[in-house]
Amino acid sequence: MPARTSWIPYALIAPSVIFLGALFLVPLVQTVWLSVSAGDGLSLENYQRMAGDLNFSLAVSNTFLLTLVVVPIQVVLALAMATMVTKLDKGRDLVLWVLTIPLGISDLAAGLAWLALLQNTGYLNSALYALGLIPGPTGWLSQETPWSLFFAIAMAEVWRATAIVLVILIAGLQLIPKEFSEAAEIFGARPWTRFRRITLPLLKPSLQSALILRTVLAFEVFAVVYALGGRNFPVLAGEAYVWQNDNQNYGVAAAYAVLIMAISLAATAVYLRVLRTRPEQLP
Amino acid sequence: MADIVIDRVVKEFGSFRALQEVSLTVNDGEFVALLGPSGCGKTTLLRIIAGLETQSSGRVVIGGRDVSDLAPRKRRLAMVFQNYAVFPHMTVFENVAFGLRMQKASQADVRRKVERAAALLHIDGYLDRYPAKLSGGQRQRVAVARALAVEPAVLLMDEPLSNLDALLRLEMRTELKAVLREAGTTTIYVTHDQTEAMGLADRIAVMYGGKIDQIGSPLEIYATPATRFVGGFIGSPPMNFIKVRCAQGKAQIGAAVLPCPVAGGDIELGLRGEDASLTADGAGIPFDVRVVEPMGSHLLLTGSIDGQLARIVAPPTAKVDAGARVGLSVDPSRLTWIDSGTGRAMART
Ligand SMILES: Nc1ncnc2c1ncn2[C@@H]1O[C@H](COP(=O)(O)OP(=O)(O)OP(=O)(O)O)[C@@H](O)[C@H]1O
Ligand SMILES: [Mg+2]
Repeated sequence: MPARTSWIPYALIAPSVIFLGALFLVPLVQTVWLSVSAGDGLSLENYQRMAGDLNFSLAVSNTFLLTLVVVPIQVVLALAMATMVTKLDKGRDLVLWVLTIPLGISDLAAGLAWLALLQNTGYLNSALYALGLIPGPTGWLSQETPWSLFFAIAMAEVWRATAIVLVILIAGLQLIPKEFSEAAEIFGARPWTRFRRITLPLLKPSLQSALILRTVLAFEVFAVVYALGGRNFPVLAGEAYVWQNDNQNYGVAAAYAVLIMAISLAATAVYLRVLRTRPEQLP
Repeated sequence: MADIVIDRVVKEFGSFRALQEVSLTVNDGEFVALLGPSGCGKTTLLRIIAGLETQSSGRVVIGGRDVSDLAPRKRRLAMVFQNYAVFPHMTVFENVAFGLRMQKASQADVRRKVERAAALLHIDGYLDRYPAKLSGGQRQRVAVARALAVEPAVLLMDEPLSNLDALLRLEMRTELKAVLREAGTTTIYVTHDQTEAMGLADRIAVMYGGKIDQIGSPLEIYATPATRFVGGFIGSPPMNFIKVRCAQGKAQIGAAVLPCPVAGGDIELGLRGEDASLTADGAGIPFDVRVVEPMGSHLLLTGSIDGQLARIVAPPTAKVDAGARVGLSVDPSRLTWIDSGTGRAMART
């Protein structure tokens, strides 16, 4: 083949490259620049202030803990739901539609909805009180109850963002021809074996996309945490917000932003490597 | 014992009837070919036997066990899929080994059986490759090897050799038959290649429009077709059908007179191209030759009998020119008489 079409792919991606450059790359460079400039020269002063802050290590460990707990739960739940949904003959679209409703709700609204459930005078306490299980209003979301606060945030996150994983996995499952599973069944594979040996490996590309998307977003978690716990449960994005708005210190806020980006990029690199599918193993 | 009894199986997809009361018995160790045109329901029947599709009514009994409601893996059979269904994420070795691994066979056993199946199908050179790097024909052979490796009592094959070149197909088909005969495997083999069916099968079931038109040995099917469809589908060239009028138990075509199975009325005469021979003196059934095609082993003459299209096979040395009128003599015992209304063959006398 002569190379007569070699410039066409570049021309076709040029608009998105320009778009990304203007709206993504420029702010990115500005942010990085902001984070490493203090006074009149380059310095790591902002990063030192960030790391020296009382809430910093708590924010790091909270963010990681939340990601490590929430993302696996979401993937397992979404896998189970996707498998069930694709097995449905009737009402499939309706079930899928209902399951994806949380996707249409903004994360702040979702956080506020869970706050209404879980706050001192919320529905949960009313129900527990009516059942005689608690003597009066009980705080679940305060600094004194870090584990129930964590549990509440994790639950809200799972509720809010599992659907995006579900949608990606269902799209992936539909791409796998049913003959593979049928052949495995003929040759004696039980349902669990079929899932493990056939479906899961063939779903790897979709699983990779879903994990990258969810993990990156999990490291940026903010609105739900802010609604439920405020600063009682510091997370990285929340600290960036506090430094930007309350402390009016754009340099440290930018340092947080750069840190979140670095973590996300590292996580993405790990997924790309660990879950890569060699081209000859694709259907 | 692993005989297969298919008892009045019906399959409906919505309002469409893909199978209408199909009954078929395959004896233990027998090789039955399912032959029929595209869309006649061959794959559907195979999938019902395998349990991948649920019949709308009817029963499937394998080895005396009613398996109608059993899951595929409990039916103890192997299958070659029409579109191979070779696992893309496993090497050829692991593909062929899949059934053995499910049976928890020992490592040595797996290796031995995989290597034997792979050698039989000439894929032993590709055991470490992934299917994406194989040709269509090689992938198809992986699918066959995967089914043979488990040494099944019942084997269902859906056009397993359709993607091979003629030479390799001939070789594979001979080896396949030898292996299956030796192992005593009960086999149902779907094909729409009639020479393959003729060469391989103990019996052939000819399917048409969701029904089995005829079941019988290759010779029976060929010599005494049960319907007009079977006569026209089997044989190359296909059987000729000539409309004739019977009167007083005799039918007249040109100057020739043939004995009829009915006293009077319009019926069709089924005549195999190779059952007619040219007469020396031009007497007999008149045949107007239009095209002469030398095929090497024979001459294929296309023309008309009584104004109706017919193809006749003549010896390669026969002197026939296009445009000539020749005479044909036929053996009345080798003729098939078809009821024009039902399309079914009439009882032979
Ligand atoms: N899942 C399905 N839903 C609806 N109709 C179907 C389905 N599967 C098969 N059919 C119809 O049933 C008929 C028989 O199909 P089948 O696949 O058994 O044909 P076949 O004999 O195997 O043909 P081929 O030789 O082309 O493979 C076809 O008319 C097909 O359109
Ligand atoms: Mg088919």
